[in-house]
Amino acid sequence: MTTTTATTPAKYWNGGKSPFNVEYGKLMMWYFLMSDAFTFGAFLISYGTTRFATTGWPNANEVFSSYPFKPEGSSPAPLIFVSIMTFILIISSVTMVLAVHAGHNMDKKGVVKYLILTILGGLAFLGCQAWEWTHLFHEGAWWGRNPFPNSDGTISTTNFTNFFFTITGFHGFHVFSGVVINVVMLIMALFNKFEQRGHYLMIEKAGLYWHFVDLVWVFVFTCFYLI
Amino acid sequence: MSNEATLHANVDVMVPHEIHHGEHHEIHHHHESFISKYVFSQDHKMIGKQFLITGMFWAVLGGLMSVLFRLQLGYPDSTFPWLEDLIGKWGKGGHISAEAYYALVTTHGTVLVFFVLTAGLSGTFANLLIPLQVGARDMASPFMNMLSYWFFFMASVVMLSSIFVETGPFSGGWTAYPPLSALGSASPGSKTGMDLWIIAMALFVVSSLLGGLNYIVTILNMRTKGMSMTRLPLTIWALFFTAVLGVLSFPVLLSGFILLIFDRNFGTSFYLSDIYVNGVGALPNEGGSAILFQHLFWFLGHPEVYIILLPAMGMVSEILATNARKPIFGYMAMVGSLFAIAILAFLVWAHHMFVTGLNPFLGSIFVLLTLLIAVPSAIKVFNWITTLWRGNIRFTPAMLFAIGFVSLFISGGLTGIWLGNSALDIHLHDTYFVIAHFHIVMGVASMFGMFAGIYHWFPKMYGKYLNNNLGYIHFWLTMIGAYLIFWPMHYEGLAGMPRRYYDYSAWESFKQFVELNRFISTVAMIVFAVQLLFLFNFFYSIFKGRKLTTQNPWGSNTLEWTTPINPGHGNWVGEIPEVYRWAYDYGKDGKDFIPQTTPVGADESTDH
Repeated sequence: MTTTTATTPAKYWNGGKSPFNVEYGKLMMWYFLMSDAFTFGAFLISYGTTRFATTGWPNANEVFSSYPFKPEGSSPAPLIFVSIMTFILIISSVTMVLAVHAGHNMDKKGVVKYLILTILGGLAFLGCQAWEWTHLFHEGAWWGRNPFPNSDGTISTTNFTNFFFTITGFHGFHVFSGVVINVVMLIMALFNKFEQRGHYLMIEKAGLYWHFVDLVWVFVFTCFYLI
Repeated sequence: MSNEATLHANVDVMVPHEIHHGEHHEIHHHHESFISKYVFSQDHKMIGKQFLITGMFWAVLGGLMSVLFRLQLGYPDSTFPWLEDLIGKWGKGGHISAEAYYALVTTHGTVLVFFVLTAGLSGTFANLLIPLQVGARDMASPFMNMLSYWFFFMASVVMLSSIFVETGPFSGGWTAYPPLSALGSASPGSKTGMDLWIIAMALFVVSSLLGGLNYIVTILNMRTKGMSMTRLPLTIWALFFTAVLGVLSFPVLLSGFILLIFDRNFGTSFYLSDIYVNGVGALPNEGGSAILFQHLFWFLGHPEVYIILLPAMGMVSEILATNARKPIFGYMAMVGSLFAIAILAFLVWAHHMFVTGLNPFLGSIFVLLTLLIAVPSAIKVFNWITTLWRGNIRFTPAMLFAIGFVSLFISGGLTGIWLGNSALDIHLHDTYFVIAHFHIVMGVASMFGMFAGIYHWFPKMYGKYLNNNLGYIHFWLTMIGAYLIFWPMHYEGLAGMPRRYYDYSAWESFKQFVELNRFISTVAMIVFAVQLLFLFNFFYSIFKGRKLTTQNPWGSNTLEWTTPINPGHGNWVGEIPEVYRWAYDYGKDGKDFIPQTTPVGADESTDH
């Protein structure tokens, strides 16, 4: 934003027009995302301080080492499944970019195609998360229950699972909202709403939200699976 | 997206929007039904009134609560049989029970801080003033604005219902520290009362977010032609920073609440560790930290203080300049100090936690940052005083309340310098000194800002004047009363008298304050009664007040006074006026005032 204001002539701030040259909804979306970033920031910092203040923590490589239809007795596959999940979500961001781009070109077919792909990506991510949660639940993990020992073999507090389910759950809720938004966008596109308006700006705002949710996942992924 | 495409899209969006507001609404103005005009209104002026009247309802209730618990503090040995009639088992034998006392203190704090001084203050005046003073037909999104009020309304209903549950409303203090707030077994109020409290607060956060986004975007995007940022009235700058503070700090509180909900209901231990509850035994929770909640709470809690204070500061700046018939002194310094306060607001939260187990080294950093706030605060105070200096002052009730605000802000601000020192805080924390400090600097001062705003903009809201004589009585009794209530509390606090105690009679050292406490309670009741006088004035004047005969009763420069006396939805008939100058050309070139819509003359200097 600073660069925008620096390069924009001063008259943009003199009233009668938007200083950032955007309509109000997009500006609102940016401020909302800032607000939402603080929500996630608070969660992740809470997680970080609690973990820092706790002696011992389970090893993510041991906890997250399965995948669907994994043969009985095969060697553990640390972080394989979550890597696939992450890959799917990032690809869905790419298709979202393509949908926004198609919108700029007033290409309804392209918008519809790439929105469908984005929605599928989001649903696939949610499906993966559902599988992972179910799997962990069957291993005995849930809010208030933690079957995984610390990496040094001592008994762990329940805060590993408490934070894991709360924060990935909150993120999953955001992905779910994003999918709902994208479905609404898809329906509006199919009913030519954007053609009538003469622009696809709504898709752009939905795209901002979708990329944000994607970006947050990078941090959640890093904090829970990598560190 | 190429720049050209942005521009193109922008034109497409902005222009229909403008037309929509300009013509559509005036054509259909007469078809508004009762529901769409008064209930689910999307007119920012009506939404502002809704916030104001709901806020007034809560102010009366919250004020009444303080009268009830002051009764206990001032007259601990007397019995009042009517109490049992009023609050039933909570006032058995004419005596407020300990649980009721704590519930009253907690609800009083929550309601006054959030429902009155946040929603009632910035909800009212941001809605009323932003579109009117920046020159817009309405908020960026009138629909979201309507939702903002109705989320607040739902929060109010839930909070109100918590008063009527069998185990009583939450009673662990407005800060809702765990474990009292996290464990239902900790106290009666921690059961259903706390569930309702947290639901109400979550709804409130949503309301605040919807409102705040709208305020920010309206100010940035919807200013009329010529209304550059440095021509904005200071009210708008203050409301802008208030909204930014709210949008960035409430989500952190929401995170804290979500973790709290899990601790309460789903067996987690984010805030809990090593706890033994009488009658329940040792709890299995391990690994959490109650301090974590305090960090999350005060990361909102401190900016919240400025969310309350900044709108009052903005309105006071505007009212002082208008009624002193002088330009505001140091406009850019005023904006800069608002900005500095908004930044510092995020960097000082741990001064509420000096003695709760915070690392003392960390404390010393927060002392430094806290004391830095004295700098922008002093800039503002000096600028207000220099605005008054040699002014041709008109002592309207609004002006009196604005001057009262400055007085209270100085008195309460100075004790802030004491409390900001972590070493002094060892002695002063959790005493009546703290109560005195924050009630004067934040509570009463912001109430004064709100009163000033109501007296000043009542003509714009209802097309009538408030009664001046009642206003003067209201001001003087409230002003004197506020000092008489809170000034003595400094002495009590310095003597070590702790806050939040139900009964002090067991302590020999506090026996000296029995009569002082009785005095404070008596004054508190009188001041409460005076507010009823104001309420009478308010509602009487809506219907029977002296009618406005001129668009601009105060001779003010800002845009809201260029609208019709009773503006319809859309505010201006015809074109929105263009702005040519800042809002503070008072007493310039021999002219009493020059509205912002007056083009700059050839022989005029053009600093702003």
